[in-house]
Amino acid sequence: MSANAIPTPLRLNRTTGRTSSFLASSIGRKVVMALTGLVLFGYVVVHMLGNLQIYLGPAALNAYAVKLRAMPALLWGVRVLLFASAVLHVWAAVSLTRANVAARGIGYRERRNRESTYASRTMRWSGVILLLFIVYHLLHLTLGTVHPGFVPGDVYHNVVRGFQMGIAPFFYVLAMLALGLHMYHGVWSLMQTVGLSHPRYDRLRYAFAAFITALVVLGNLSFPIAVMTGLLKDRSSSRAATAARR
Amino acid sequence: MNLTLHVWRQKNAAARGRFVTYPASDVSPDMSFLEMLDVVNEALIAGGEDPIAFDHDCREGICGTCGMMIDGQAHGPRRATTACQLHMRTYRDGDEITIEPWRADAFPVVKDLVVDRSAFDRIVAAGGFITARTGSAPDGNAVPVPKAAADLAMDAAACIGCGACVAACPNASAMLFTAAKVSHLGLLPQGQPERHTRVRGMVAQMDAEGFGTCTNHFECEAACPKSISVRFIARMNRDYLVATLADRGEPASAEGGTG
Ligand code: HEM
Ligand code: FES
Repeated sequence: MSANAIPTPLRLNRTTGRTSSFLASSIGRKVVMALTGLVLFGYVVVHMLGNLQIYLGPAALNAYAVKLRAMPALLWGVRVLLFASAVLHVWAAVSLTRANVAARGIGYRERRNRESTYASRTMRWSGVILLLFIVYHLLHLTLGTVHPGFVPGDVYHNVVRGFQMGIAPFFYVLAMLALGLHMYHGVWSLMQTVGLSHPRYDRLRYAFAAFITALVVLGNLSFPIAVMTGLLKDRSSSRAATAARR
Repeated sequence: MNLTLHVWRQKNAAARGRFVTYPASDVSPDMSFLEMLDVVNEALIAGGEDPIAFDHDCREGICGTCGMMIDGQAHGPRRATTACQLHMRTYRDGDEITIEPWRADAFPVVKDLVVDRSAFDRIVAAGGFITARTGSAPDGNAVPVPKAAADLAMDAAACIGCGACVAACPNASAMLFTAAKVSHLGLLPQGQPERHTRVRGMVAQMDAEGFGTCTNHFECEAACPKSISVRFIARMNRDYLVATLADRGEPASAEGGTG
């Protein structure tokens, strides 16, 4: 045994509060990542389902937006929750990833993976793509800063017009592939992290993760595709755009 | 058969190591992997060279002393098999084999393929003792143990502490080992009084040793010579959560009744 510097853990004494020792621990930060990830995925599912109303036409989608704006407490409550979740998630991901990289200073010359998946090995990269995408998406369809013809309130027009512009749909498709990878591994992984595991039900975790991921990714991909194939047309565009310019 | 080995050689913990290529000639398919290394070492010794240092003891797959990364897989290509139980019939004439030590900062290399795994001992020690009556041996079956709990505790206790889980984990995490040690006593009635302090103590020591953290790749289970299930990691996470939530954060009340 090397006599120098035997690591001593955080003393589990009465001065270390249970919250701080939990957040300092590996499992504690993993649980933070899992629960904030669950909030974000939950939102992604609801968001996709809400957006499906685009297939009901401009009136239905725009009315939905008006309805949400009529409930500022809900709207802002959700926004604050999402922002806090994203911040905590990235904090946990960064601090755990740094610990994981530091844990193996000298790597192997050769290594072969047996059980890990492409999705599990690329979580940090799919995560970074999602973060960049979230910023872009807010600038594009919430604030309209990087939108060619943004009309506040005319959600239908903004989506259809937004996806007609050359590079934008490409970003969305790329981001949805990253979301698919992050979500498939994340959904079942978060169950394992919080301790939901049972021999009889473990296989259902993968099935559930695949199902919910396919639902969200295919639903979201359908929007840019529907615009590019001409299925969704901007019937209100010229009128609303001129109205907004006045 | 004749093989070519690329072996990590490192004089001591402070030295810089490097790969050295050795021929392994006239290898019998009936040899174990370690016996093959013995034969290579005989030739090295005869030639006045330092033999390749590797850890081993029982050579029957039960002690957990042996262990090396063979072609990028902990204990080699066969599932549920220690390096000492890997046989050369797995290989073909002319194969090249890369042999490296376990790589984790918490497992510093002592020499060549030998690493210092005392971090594992400290994790176990951090779990503490169980409360037990000392003196004469207790009657057998005095404490009833449900069959299912006994079986599962036995599965966890099958861990031989070889370190393959850490070696195979992309994050060099020791969560499978720690989970097995937490669950082994945590499942039994005798382990209940210290269940919460045990899991918190072991996890704190695991973190302090500088192991990585689990991201559910499950490479550990695939590499484990005893096929310890990753379900024990979920169980440890659950126990850790409960132990944290149940923590009263203060010593037992001084105002309590004295009976
Ligand atoms: C914003 C940038 C993001 C980064 C840098 C990031 C990074 C990571 C990393 C490194 C992991 C750990 C991998 C693992 O444990 O297997 C992870 C897990 C996870 N992520 Fe993200 N992520 C991001 C965004 C998101 C988003 C937008 C969502 C949801 C829509 C999400 C949901 C999850 C979930 C549920 C997990 C699983 C936690 C667990 O293993 O228990 N992440 N993320
Ligand atoms: S030498 Fe004992 S398990 Fe391999």
